[in-house]
Amino acid sequence: MNKKTLAFPYVFWAAAFIVIPLCMVFYYGMTDKTGAFTLSNIITIATAEHSKALLLSLELSFVSTVICFILAYPLAMMLTNMHVSTHSFIVLIFILPMWMNFLLRTLAWQTLLEKTGVINNVLAFLHLPALDIINTPGAIILGMVYNFLPFMVLPIYNALCKIDGNVINAARDLGANGIQTFLRITLPLSLPGIISGITMVFIPALTTFVISTLLGGSKILLIGNVIEQEFTQTGNWHLGSGLSIVLMIFIIVNMVVEAVFDREGEGNKL
Amino acid sequence: MHKLIDLQHITKAFDQNIVLDDMSLYIRENEFLTLLGPSGCGKTTTLRIIGGFESPDTGQVIFDGTDITSWPPNRRPLNTVFQKYALFPHMDIGENIAFGLRIKNKPQTYIRDKIRYALKLVNLEGYEKRMPDSLSGGQQQRIAIARAIVNEPRVLLLDEPLGALDLKLRQDMQYELIRLKNELGITFIYVTHDQEEALTMSDTIVVMNQGYIQQIGTPEMIYNEPENAFVADFIGDSNIIDGTMIRDELVEILGARFACVDRGFGENKPVDVVIRPEDVELTLPEKGILQGVVSHVIFKGVHYEMEVMAAGFEWLVQSTKMFSVGTQVGLSVEPFNIQIMNKPASEDEEAIGVNE
Repeated sequence: MNKKTLAFPYVFWAAAFIVIPLCMVFYYGMTDKTGAFTLSNIITIATAEHSKALLLSLELSFVSTVICFILAYPLAMMLTNMHVSTHSFIVLIFILPMWMNFLLRTLAWQTLLEKTGVINNVLAFLHLPALDIINTPGAIILGMVYNFLPFMVLPIYNALCKIDGNVINAARDLGANGIQTFLRITLPLSLPGIISGITMVFIPALTTFVISTLLGGSKILLIGNVIEQEFTQTGNWHLGSGLSIVLMIFIIVNMVVEAVFDREGEGNKL
Repeated sequence: MHKLIDLQHITKAFDQNIVLDDMSLYIRENEFLTLLGPSGCGKTTTLRIIGGFESPDTGQVIFDGTDITSWPPNRRPLNTVFQKYALFPHMDIGENIAFGLRIKNKPQTYIRDKIRYALKLVNLEGYEKRMPDSLSGGQQQRIAIARAIVNEPRVLLLDEPLGALDLKLRQDMQYELIRLKNELGITFIYVTHDQEEALTMSDTIVVMNQGYIQQIGTPEMIYNEPENAFVADFIGDSNIIDGTMIRDELVEILGARFACVDRGFGENKPVDVVIRPEDVELTLPEKGILQGVVSHVIFKGVHYEMEVMAAGFEWLVQSTKMFSVGTQVGLSVEPFNIQIMNKPASEDEEAIGVNE
């Protein structure tokens, strides 16, 4: 049997569940209810309500990505320097929550953060002021960071593991102190990991609607929520698809920028 | 005699496993010193302690009269060439070489001149803009050397730098290293498990085994007068035979008596006898001290390597004259080619290399 024929199930899968739905999104996004070509669905993003949702999404996912990076990099460095037996235990602790359903984990945060939730009960018991975070952008960022942190840690950890210890030793040997070695050697060499980490956090954060629904209440609308509502509540597939196309453009721009940045980072000194 | 580096009573263990045990060693200025031994003998650990990548459990590292035991690698006035080159993969060759100078904030023109000088020294002019992964192993190793020497270290540490290269390249690089050493006039400390490399390049060889120094000496001393069976066996091929010292200048091996030049071992004392294969002379049976039969012959280019069964021992013999398998031969050895060594009394003593 030809090796190419073995790929057939995947080709079928890709066509049925990726290519065709994508074409349908583009078809719906660029037509109106009568089936005539229009760009009005896409241009709708310019309305105050929609652009506000998009900007808020960009802002929250940007903040989450930055927080994830700040938390993940030192952690990944610590993991790299650890003894094999200890680090596999810590990696396990990190991956363990990922085995649980994403919705469940986010629902758990809802229960924890609620006005009369677990955290506030404990705080009240200790006579401390209550934490009023549920249904704020802060809660959404917390949810994003919690859910997406492993996607930042693992690529950075992998990139750091690939760095030859003697390259670090060579830098020290040539007179660089700890900080100089980090800035000139470790950081640039881990850049591919950082970039894939940023991509893997920023894009899901940008498109999420579950986290914002559960932790942001109904008051805070992200672009993901707007699109979801167009499909499930309003039933306007054309508008939902149009907004999805806008979101996709943002994601593609983001990926292209990162790819270009990566090529420069790999090839030259930083 | 000026001791540039003085290692005093260095002990180092990894997880209960003692790698170096109370080792003392000094290195003179301008010396090409080689640490030679099998893997796990502690030679690389010694080098890493000098370079500052490991700290000894006990003992001091003295550099030119200053105790540098607790100094980090970046403060030490020496540079290392690593086994797998360890070039910075994200920098071009010029930036790799400039790394140490940029850290020291040297002026741009000085750096540019230094890069050109270093590339010329290692015969790779015009490679400034190339990336490390576009170079062959031998070229990368030369860049690693160039990157180290632009910093004008007083000592260059080399950790099996030719280990990853093929045989021909390795031989070329040996001459290249000798030339570099002479041009730069600095001290080289070289780590290798390859005895031929050590014999070719070194002023002084330190033979190590199981964390102990077995013998220190010039290549000629190490080869011609090994102090114990380990050194004799590790450096070159040899016949190591149990013998008995009958009296001064007479030793009995395999029931036959051989004249030798060693004295002071006492009378009727068991000893190890080392005879190099090229020192065994094959003659007509009646002219030899021992008689035997040739059992194997291999052509090695310059000489023939033969195995001769004589008095129950298989002798390794190298000769330019060929004796075919089955020939009856006589064996004799010139007295000064017989090397007598005390037998170690215990295994511990064997590791330490106690000789007297």
